[in-house]
Parts: sequence; structure tokens; C-alpha cells
Amino acid sequence: MEGGFGSEFGAAGGGAGGKLDPGLIMEQVKVQIAVANAQELLQRMTDKCFRKCIGKPGSSLDNSEQKCIAMCMDRYMDAWNTVSRAYNSRLQRERANM
Amino acid sequence: MEASSPAGLSATDPQLQHFIEVETQKQRFQQLVHQMTELCWEKCMDKPGPKLDSRAETCFVNCVERFIDTSQFILNRLEQTQKSKSAFSESLSD
Repeated sequence: MEGGFGSEFGAAGGGAGGKLDPGLIMEQVKVQIAVANAQELLQRMTDKCFRKCIGKPGSSLDNSEQKCIAMCMDRYMDAWNTVSRAYNSRLQRERANM
Repeated sequence: MEASSPAGLSATDPQLQHFIEVETQKQRFQQLVHQMTELCWEKCMDKPGPKLDSRAETCFVNCVERFIDTSQFILNRLEQTQKSKSAFSESLSD
């Protein structure tokens, strides 16, 4: 992440004979945002599911732990989507009341 | 953040400026969803089961609503105390 944004931004902005291509910049920014969001989700999900599923770290990730992690990942995504929907409907309601 | 180049770009390109505004807004939304999911997960999830049951789902929805209420309550109360404080200091200076 660090350094990637600046360098790629620079390449998009000044690469083609110093001419700026807003379309290309927008595409790259969108990709960077998607990557950042995926990393954010991955980090929080790993943290939460590690806490839920790994009671006492053993010599390997055993079968029941793997099952728990898989289930935890799916539930975390459900939770994310539920929160996103609830927040979105709250925003809609507040906009309607303004 | 390179302060000069985005400003330069947005000044010359309204399309790009609009794009940045929209994406910033979307990103704020996403960021708060990440934050609230993490927070409400702690409050609402005991042991992840084969599906998200309706009790947990209700808990998540309430959690989001109350989190936003809390944030607005705190903002309002701080505003109130700021107002009464400045009214107080104005009356002092009179």
C-alpha cells in the first residue's frame, strides 16, 4: 500500500508525454480503493475469527478450527452486509426527514 | 497525499473533481461500515453458526441504529455545552 499510490498516480498522471488522462487516473483510484477495502475487511475478519476460533494455539490449525474459521468468515460477511444495509436505510430515512 | 497535484487536477477537470467527491463519500460510508461491523460483532455474535440467525440480525440492526444515535447525541450535547460556555464567557466579558 505505502508508496504504491504515489508512484502509480505519478505514472498515470505524467507518463504519456506529460498529458493527464483523467479516465486512467479514475480507473486506478477505483482499483486502489477496492484493494484498500479488501485489506481492511481481511484484517478485521482475521482478527475477529482468530479470537473466536483459536482458543489455545496448537501445533497446527486443526480440522475443527478450520471449520470454525470458515463459518466465522461467512457470518462476518453476513454481518458486514447487514450493517451496510442498516446504515444505508438510516441514511435514506434521515435524508427523507430533512 | 500530494497536496498540489490533486488540487491542480480538480481545478482543471470538473469531471475528476466530481469523481473524487463521490468516491470520498463512498469511502466514508465503507469505513464506518467496517468500524460498526467490528463493534457490533463483539456485541451481537456469540459463536458463529451455520447461518446468521434472526436474533443476531436484529441485534446488528439495533446496534447500528444506537451507534448512530450515540454519535449524534454526543455531537448535540457537545454543541450545547459549547453554546452555554460561550454564552457564559460573553456574559462575563460584558
